[in-house]
This record gives sequence, structure tokens and C-alpha cells, in this order.
Amino acid sequence: MRRSLPPLVCASVLAALWLVFMVVPTEREMGIVQRIFYFHVASAWVAFLGFFLVAGASAVYLWNGARAADRLAEAAAEVGVLFCTLVLVTGPIWARPVWGVWWTWDPRLTMTVILWAIYAGYLMLRAFGGEDEAVRRYAAVLGIVGVLDIPLIMVSVVDPWMRAGLAVSALALVLLAAWLIALRMRTARLGEEVAALRREALARGGEAA
Amino acid sequence: MRGALAIFAKDLRIEWRTRESLASVFVLGVLLVVVLTVAHDPTPEAAPALAPAVLWVSFVFTGLAGIQRGFLLERENDCLAGLLTAPVDPADIYAGKLAANVVLLAVTQAVVVPLAGLFLHADLWPVLPGLLAVLLLGNLGFAALSTLFAAVAARTRARETLLPLLLLPLALPLLIGAVQATQAVLAGGLGAAREAVAVLVAFDVIFAVAGWLLFAYVVRD
Repeated sequence: MRRSLPPLVCASVLAALWLVFMVVPTEREMGIVQRIFYFHVASAWVAFLGFFLVAGASAVYLWNGARAADRLAEAAAEVGVLFCTLVLVTGPIWARPVWGVWWTWDPRLTMTVILWAIYAGYLMLRAFGGEDEAVRRYAAVLGIVGVLDIPLIMVSVVDPWMRAGLAVSALALVLLAAWLIALRMRTARLGEEVAALRREALARGGEAA
Repeated sequence: MRGALAIFAKDLRIEWRTRESLASVFVLGVLLVVVLTVAHDPTPEAAPALAPAVLWVSFVFTGLAGIQRGFLLERENDCLAGLLTAPVDPADIYAGKLAANVVLLAVTQAVVVPLAGLFLHADLWPVLPGLLAVLLLGNLGFAALSTLFAAVAARTRARETLLPLLLLPLALPLLIGAVQATQAVLAGGLGAAREAVAVLVAFDVIFAVAGWLLFAYVVRD
């Protein structure tokens, strides 16, 4: 998966850029800045996907203790927070010219920033907790509780080209997220291997001395 | 069930004998209401509108401190290990601790709510039944979440910073619902607060069940 994803990511990102900047019509009221929506909305979907993945993987980890599920939860949380940050950055860029303010407390915005804080807390828990079986369980509990806070995001799109632009942008970002998650899981697995090897080397060194 | 009752009674007895959480909750509650009121410095006409927000923010931060103390106590003397060796279901431990925390948070509310009403000229007496219902719903939801995550935070490094970090974003929907419901109650009774109350009820049910189911994974060693 790690080998086949990069070309797919490149192709779909290029296709999305082409559709968004060359093909889709400029929205009449909001003008050119509305084009950021294709990435803004798609990022929101991917962030939500990441957070649901965290919950699913966390449930699997609590159920059977599979290390791969725990790694998936951690990787998905990091990538989810990344895309959630993108949502929070692209949103104000759009809002400023259209609404005249960088931020309003509309329910969807509020929810996004709450979610960002929940999963930033999740990453803090993992960072502060260290490499401990108990910490992995706590993180799984938080991953499940966190997703209970998520409401549904509804998106309505009108123009068919807009829909296509959005669909391809979403696909591009999903693939990018999958690639990042795969890379991140590999890093986590290699980190664990290095830690195990180091312990082994220390034990051998102790025997030799 | 008997285990839960025993833990509930034990927690209350410890609290009553030391009165540490009660004392800190009382002082901190007074302080927070004063600080928030002074920081806003409202005109007498604008003051009552601030009451719901001041009340619930003071409640959340005071309650946070009180509940955190309760779990650190269990940890300090390795009491939790003792509890786990006892033939009690972890879900019962959660239920007992939850009930004890609800009592502690009710004390917090008894401090914070009259003070907020007094300082911000909000007339609470006429709307007391509706207000009590909203207070109880907010109390239950916050207790359900904080009981679960106090156990998590108490067992990691950096626990004092971690609990608010984990709890505040999760509790934010509850806070929003509670403030809206309180506003509606102050404006015209519980009937106007139907949607916000529905949010509170859903929050309470979801997180009480989630805590009850997940607590076993937190305390298991």
C-alpha cells in the first residue's frame, strides 16, 4: 500500500487542482475565494474519517489488544488533527471576504474547533503518557468517548461540476490521508522494533560484562 | 450494587473527615464567581444576562479541582489497587465514585449558584424548580465524564495539566447546553428550554453509559 499510494496521491491531487482551478465555475456571490471550499470541505470529511477511524481502531484495541489497531488509532488521530487544522485555517480565509469576519460561532465551526481540541488532547495524552500499555488503553477510551461528541456534517452542493470538483478533492485528500496514516503506522512499528532491539542489546551487553 | 453503595459511603466518609475538597471547593467557587464578575464589571441592567455563563464556568472549574483531588487521594495511598482486589465489579466502582462526585458537585453548585445570583442581580427564587432540574442535569453529565477521565489523568504523568486538557473540550457541548437552558429558565421557565434540556439529557445518558462500560479498561492493571 505504501508503494502504490504516492503515485495515486500525486495523480488525484493534480486532478483535483485542475478541476478546482480550471474547470469548476466561479461561484456568483462569493467569487474566486469560494474555490477554497473544495479543499476545506474535503479536509473536514477526511478529518472526520480520521476521528471515526480512531474510534473504530480504539474499540478493536480494547476488544483484542492488537498492537496494529493501537498504531492505527494513533496514526489516524495525528492525521485527523492535521486535516482538522487545515479546516480551521482554510475556513477563516474564506470567511473573511465573504462574511467580513475571520470567525463566527456558527455551530459547525464551534464543533470543528471542539473536535480539534479533543483530539489535540488525545495526542497530548499519548505524548505525556509515554510507552505504556495502560496509556494505550486510556487513549483508546478517549478515542471512543471523543467520537461520541461528533455530530453529522451536512454539505449541500448544487452545480454538478462543483460536485465533481468536491468529489475528486475529497478522494485526493482521502488518499493523501491513507498514505500519511500508512507511513505513520510504519514509523510507529519501526520505533517499537528499535526499542525492543535496544532492550535486547542492553541485556546482551549485561551478559557479556 | 452493594459495592457501589459501599464505595459511595466510603468516599463521602473520607470527604467528611478531611473536608479537604469541601474547603477548596468552597473557597475556589467564591473566588471564581468574584473574579468573573469583576472581570466583566457589568452595569446593573446587563448583569443578570451574565449569570448563566458565570455560574456554569465557575462550576466547571471548581468541580474540576474538587474531583481531581478525590482521585489523587486514591492514588496516593494505592487505595485503587486495594479496591480492585476487592470482589467489586469495576462498573460498580464507577457508579459509586460517580454518585460521590455528584454530591461533591452539588455542594459546588450550592456555593456557586446563589453567589452568582446575588452578585449579578439574577432573581433565582421564582424559577427555582426549573433551575434545579437544569443544575442536576448539568451536574450528572459533568460527573459522568470527569469521573472517567479523573481516573485516566490520575494515573499518568503531568496529571494536573492533563485532566482539564482532556475534559474541557469533551464537556463543552454540556456547558453550551447548560448555559442555554439556564438562560431560558431565567427568561421564562423550563418550557422555553426544551431543546437545550434535550441536549443535556442526551449528554448525561451517553456519557454515563460510556463511563460505566469503559471504566473497567481504565482501572485494569
